[in-house]
Amino acid sequence: MKDVTIIGAGVVGCAIARELSRYDLDVAVFEKEADVCEGTSKANSGIVHSGYDAKPGTLKARFNVEGNRLIHELSKELDFPFKENGSLILALEEEGRKGLEELLERGNKNGVPGLRIVEKEELKEMEPNVSENAVCALYAPTGGIVCPFNMTYAFAENAADNGVSFVFEGVTGIEKLKDETGEVFYRITAGKETVDTRTVVNAAGVYADVFHNMVCEKKIHITPVKGQYCLMDKTAGGYVKHTLFQLPTKSGKGILVTPTVHGNLMYGPTADEAGDCEDTSTTAEGLDTVLSKASLSVEDLPRKTITSFAGLRAREDGRDFIIGEADDAPGFFDAAGIESPGLTAAPAIGVHLAKLIAAKLNAPEKKDFDPVRKGIPSIALASDEERAELIKKDPLYAKVVCRCELVTEGEIRDAIERTLGATTVDGVKRRTRAGMGRCQTGFCLARTIPILAELLGKSTDEIEKSGHGSYYIDGEIKDTL
Amino acid sequence: MSEIKKDLVIIGGGPAGLAAAVSAAGEGVKDILIIERDIRLGGILNQCIHNGFGLHTFKEELTGPEYADRYIDMVRKEQIPYMLDTMVVDLSFDEKTGEKIVTAMNKTEGLFYVRARAVILAMGCRERPRGALNIPGFRPSGIYSAGTAQYYTNMEGKLPGRKVVILGSGDIGLIMARRMTYEGAKVLCVAELQPYSGGLKRNIVQCLDDFDIPLLLSHTVVDIKGKRRVEGVTIAEVDENKKPIPGSEVFYECDTLLLSCGLIPENELTDKLGAKMNPVTGGAFVNESLETDVPGVFACGNVLHVHDLVDYVSGEAAAAGKNAADHILGKNAQENDGNVINIKTENGVRYSVPSVVRPAYMPDTLTVRFRVGNEYRDKNLSVYLDGKQLMKLPKRIMAPGEMEQIILVKSKVSEIISESGVKEHELIIRVEDKE
Repeated sequence: MKDVTIIGAGVVGCAIARELSRYDLDVAVFEKEADVCEGTSKANSGIVHSGYDAKPGTLKARFNVEGNRLIHELSKELDFPFKENGSLILALEEEGRKGLEELLERGNKNGVPGLRIVEKEELKEMEPNVSENAVCALYAPTGGIVCPFNMTYAFAENAADNGVSFVFEGVTGIEKLKDETGEVFYRITAGKETVDTRTVVNAAGVYADVFHNMVCEKKIHITPVKGQYCLMDKTAGGYVKHTLFQLPTKSGKGILVTPTVHGNLMYGPTADEAGDCEDTSTTAEGLDTVLSKASLSVEDLPRKTITSFAGLRAREDGRDFIIGEADDAPGFFDAAGIESPGLTAAPAIGVHLAKLIAAKLNAPEKKDFDPVRKGIPSIALASDEERAELIKKDPLYAKVVCRCELVTEGEIRDAIERTLGATTVDGVKRRTRAGMGRCQTGFCLARTIPILAELLGKSTDEIEKSGHGSYYIDGEIKDTL
Repeated sequence: MSEIKKDLVIIGGGPAGLAAAVSAAGEGVKDILIIERDIRLGGILNQCIHNGFGLHTFKEELTGPEYADRYIDMVRKEQIPYMLDTMVVDLSFDEKTGEKIVTAMNKTEGLFYVRARAVILAMGCRERPRGALNIPGFRPSGIYSAGTAQYYTNMEGKLPGRKVVILGSGDIGLIMARRMTYEGAKVLCVAELQPYSGGLKRNIVQCLDDFDIPLLLSHTVVDIKGKRRVEGVTIAEVDENKKPIPGSEVFYECDTLLLSCGLIPENELTDKLGAKMNPVTGGAFVNESLETDVPGVFACGNVLHVHDLVDYVSGEAAAAGKNAADHILGKNAQENDGNVINIKTENGVRYSVPSVVRPAYMPDTLTVRFRVGNEYRDKNLSVYLDGKQLMKLPKRIMAPGEMEQIILVKSKVSEIISESGVKEHELIIRVEDKE
């Protein structure tokens, strides 16, 4: 019997797993995709929200502000890229001032530190490229940007290093059963596997309603809401320093313009109901909307798109997070409806749920828990001295595989060989940034595949983009002639 | 970290770098180093196994590897040193000494610095990816740049897909339409956003027409289907503003989409150096010596502007090599008379290389290369210097896919500018109607 089974290896599931790994518990994470960080966690704004947006008293407000504080610390302990660049919420017309004041008040109630309104002149100084129409802005100094992939990998790797097992198999059924003492337990079916578990954590993102409703009478309902983004070349990365939000208006929430923690510039997201829970396609209208609305925030919006993508937010009908033990299913814990600011809130949700579960199961803290995880060293970010040092240790840190982002074979091998290492091309890409640059794998794809094949003991034909039939090579030339 | 000194460092051992090295060596520069990031010299030519190379340079038809071998043999004969599997990661200019500092690394030397009197940039170009085209839809595997597919078929002997749609009619896309057919794949069509092809006419005939592969001009991909692997693409006709025409969509079931939608000079190092860049070409601005605005740094080949034929790359690179040699050997130290000719391109001419000419440093004849922005039939190509018509060249056809050139004769240029009495001059290249 497992103590805890977590459904979903997104940022929320992995953050919970990491916090649970502090305790003496037998924990497993089930994930339907071939890697962690394959759903909403891989396709979002990468923003660490300060916490002014959520209504005071909501779970969103509580976990956002707490999560923001935690990420500041965790980025060091778990070695993932984070930068406190500050957020600016722009009022693009004078009527907006009232809205900003409301947000300021709301933020103060939520306990967001350092909020203040900046007037046009100061705003111009802070952001020289800001739109001439911007009248004033709410400045949130604790807003930040993070690498959502490496934050998720960091949680997962640290959890695994501390004993959590990860199973890449989709959960298809949950049964609520009672043992001979009358204690409730759950029987999980995942592919051919059946696992009995004392507690379940439902961190299944856009599918969280499906699992909740399998065992609970009080139903929940999640709508996948699509957000489309355009990512600009790094040459445009310095165009703004802060994350620029638009004050929500009657016509919508607005599109943000932000630097990414890796130095690109990004615009998005749209917010439209998706066709289904797998519909991560972009649309011509969506991408047009992103560009045209983003252009309201800055003068001469750079248009140097290197890629565009879409992610799905898990929007629950109640519009707040659902976090905690279900009323009619003891031991079934929800982390459901985690839409924005879910990425920011994830670490705080992890701490909260882990404490609840550990208390329920009377689990003591482990003495040998190791909170530290080291990321993959980056040749691109290293100084010449650090580069020379890395190359001395392993000459493959001098062998460049991805030219655009300057990623070496040493880094790629590390990404594959480490705990919960990459097994797919996308997995290598998100861990190392090989293929994230302006040629988007044009050059490095054919160099990454053989490294994956060698280290995984597979043939190059078997290497996939993201598993589940996403093959690249289809046999030998002339084999049908 | 070690530091070495060299007279000339050439960054890139593809066709441009090789020709530049051979030329500089021929002019008497002996202390040269070619730095190549791949494990062999020759650059992209190694995967271009089709023929059609060398008609201008060698007066015979060679394959890409054969063409590269001719230059590699010359490099070996001149005993020009080169480093393979070595990446240049930084390039800077030492204001005090005028030296260029090249930071590079490889598996055997680790990270090292080279101080050079002159540098030739010959890093080539890369292909424009799907994202830059803003094609909506899913992001499955099976979407390749044409060059990546070429690498798979020609270098690895692997098939990247079996049922193929190609977007963009650049030369590599056209070549790959034929190659994929040869290797057993079915190419359904080539869609081209523009009302004209981006590639050479001869490639349309030999790679599409000969295999009954339709070329759909004024068409583009408007949707990609398939969550894991490409399952199909939707192609629509576009109007004169390049907007898809509703109702014209046709779905093509396929497992592969190849992109051949333009090449982008690979100028990360040039940016780091701080050389002034031309937003039209994506390469540095250069003068008649193919020298950037950083003294002693020259550029040639596709890193400077995208060429149509490798023969022209070799020619340009040889000029860059000679000019770098002159710089190193002090041969260009003759009196600069201060005259400057700014080249202005207009009325259909998109850019020129060089963009500025100092007549004092001009060779007897100077080739000025450029491209037009549209397809033109039965027009004149007119060149004016200080308001005087210098040339009127009748052109039966000019297209964006083919590079154009004019040759300036120093004696004639000198004669005209001496009459004007000022130091700043203007040369205009434009497309004009025939009278």
